[in-house]
Amino acid sequence: MWRPGGKPACVTRDPEAPAFPHPHLLGIEGLYPWEISCLLDEAEQWVEAGRRARKHDGRLAGLTQINAFFENSTRTLLSFEIAGKRLGADVVNLAAGSSSLKKGETLLDTALTLNAMRPDVIVIRHESSGAVALIAEKVDCPVLNAGDGRHEHPTQALLDALTIRRRKGRIEGLRVAICGDILHSRVARSNFHLLTALGAEVRAVAPPTLMPAFVERLGATAYTDMAAGLEGADVVMMLRLQLERMEGAYVPSTREYFRAFGLTRERLRAAGPDVLVMHPGPMNRGVEIDSAVADDIQRSAITEQVEMGVAVRMACLDVLTRARRGEG
Amino acid sequence: MRPILIRNALLVDPATGKEQAGDLLVAERAIADFGHGLAAPAEAEIVEADGQVLAPGLIDATVFRTDVAAAVAGGITSVLLMPDQSPPLDDPALVERAERLGKPRLWVRPLAAATRGLKGRELAELSLMKEAGAVGVATGRAAIADAQVMLRLLRYAAGLGLVVVSHAECPFLTAGAVATEGEHATRLGLASAPAGAEALQIARDLRLAEEAGAALHFACVSTAEGVELVRRAQARGADVTAGTAPAYALLSETALIGYRSFARLSPPLRSEADREAVRAGLADGTISMLVSRHDPRTEEEKRLPFADAEPGAAGCATLLALGLSLVHDGLLSRAQLLALLSANPARRFGLPGGALERGAPADLLLFDSGSPWRIDADDLPGLAGNTPFDGLPVQGRVRLLLKGGERLI
Repeated sequence: MWRPGGKPACVTRDPEAPAFPHPHLLGIEGLYPWEISCLLDEAEQWVEAGRRARKHDGRLAGLTQINAFFENSTRTLLSFEIAGKRLGADVVNLAAGSSSLKKGETLLDTALTLNAMRPDVIVIRHESSGAVALIAEKVDCPVLNAGDGRHEHPTQALLDALTIRRRKGRIEGLRVAICGDILHSRVARSNFHLLTALGAEVRAVAPPTLMPAFVERLGATAYTDMAAGLEGADVVMMLRLQLERMEGAYVPSTREYFRAFGLTRERLRAAGPDVLVMHPGPMNRGVEIDSAVADDIQRSAITEQVEMGVAVRMACLDVLTRARRGEG
Repeated sequence: MRPILIRNALLVDPATGKEQAGDLLVAERAIADFGHGLAAPAEAEIVEADGQVLAPGLIDATVFRTDVAAAVAGGITSVLLMPDQSPPLDDPALVERAERLGKPRLWVRPLAAATRGLKGRELAELSLMKEAGAVGVATGRAAIADAQVMLRLLRYAAGLGLVVVSHAECPFLTAGAVATEGEHATRLGLASAPAGAEALQIARDLRLAEEAGAALHFACVSTAEGVELVRRAQARGADVTAGTAPAYALLSETALIGYRSFARLSPPLRSEADREAVRAGLADGTISMLVSRHDPRTEEEKRLPFADAEPGAAGCATLLALGLSLVHDGLLSRAQLLALLSANPARRFGLPGGALERGAPADLLLFDSGSPWRIDADDLPGLAGNTPFDGLPVQGRVRLLLKGGERLI
């Protein structure tokens, strides 16, 4: 559900309304801070549950979850599959390679076909911005955006926020530097919306060719110098550099990119002493991040992010299907 | 054929800007006479105009499809057809065929493809296509990237006395882009090109046209910088004209919110400042043609994620009403609007029409500029209803349309 503008200044939560009143989760933009916090709070229990030997909870038993991934993914698909299965849903995956989209069926026909199988929740990833919202208009069940083009990847931003909140105890007032290919990154966009909604100071650090226009209108301050951008940062979030970016003349080489924007121990000294290093994965070691930093168990939260991913996705699946489970 | 007497109309001649109350008599497919208190010949059909506007049929200077039903509904009696057909109009036989396609209800004036297959490399047979009926030569949906080819095209066309119609977007900067660089494109995560892609192309083409002494027309100008470049070139005497479509005077990039693929246009919608500049350009005459860029698209081409949808909008049926909104806003006078919609394209491309003259073919339009209606994409006359103005209340309806004296509405 899209609402114009960013954070409304003087809107407060209606105590009568459900904590998360939206039928779908298509993006972070337009969500109120308490709606975001509600999803994070819900996820906490699943972090604990995930650490027990028996991880199963049957609340989605009998419900069908379709993971429709029109763009290739390994970790996000796996994470959604595990999340659904731990909640007891019947999870089926539709992967891009085997879909009839390749045979010329239109996206909306595919959506109607999926809908006719009467799923209870559909998780969608698509390479085109806005595609998930388009499908959501045509189906009768909750839709969860697992990444659409360069637009949004809301569960990634939520899992990042959960990771930060658990490590740092808060999000408000933290200085978060998001570094790398921001132009093409849905992760960065969702994080700008989420972190600014929860009161963090957000910095966008990228070479000018990979910095989107008017990024400050999304609440971030732009830095094209890595050292300046990392100054005093509490969290450094690295983004993956797609190796095909060399072709579009965005950057000359991975070597030069690493020199200017790769995260190394030396460079990290400019950041705060307890800086948290994050990466949505998969990492290009030696391109955007040095192995010594990625593997630093004191600072790196990269594997923890993966764990939080399952918990956040369980929370989203649970919350979005409550109405149809009669627990609205 | 029965003569038709239209009584008590407001006769507007966009060629002269003159408005007068009066009657107009159509006989033998031509304007027989107009003035005060014309006597009705025996067996003449009498139309009481009740003070509604009677003007020459509209000449739509840019369409991408021949869509007779949409044109008739919009009060359009002639269209300039872009060469982006399937196959492209790069051969005299294709031009001849395209010209016949709308008859007898619509005159199609084909624009010859500038290069073979519109590929931007070898010149097409411009002279032969001119003989076959091409009224100008166009680069089509895209600019010619190679400056050498463009220069030769301009020189060659100048020798033939053909106006070159150019698409004003740098093809390199706009490769892959579906929106104008800015906050909205960033928020929506859409691939975008800077608005300057238009100015860059206009500046290059202007320079080459002045080098060649050619007549140049920019099919659609949509940015503040583009309008200003054209304005300055006209001031120094360059033979350059420009058109624009209602969308660029009435909408901005905010229409993309919600990924409305009907708002996916080429050129893409611009900023509010650009929209204001386009309006100023229309008001001061820098932009001398208001065109539909009629480009009907099927559901299959538009019911897609924004970036995957085909660009373009249906525009013929709404051109007059949207143009009239600029009159109602006080931006243009009625005669100014009608000049943008008929007299100016006629003059630039040497076409008949666009003027009220005794003896001229009776291509005439009677409309009332006040009656309200709502644009409905599901109910738009023509091949398709892909309009970014869906749901917009507008004013102005065609009451009568004559093509060669034949009543179409």
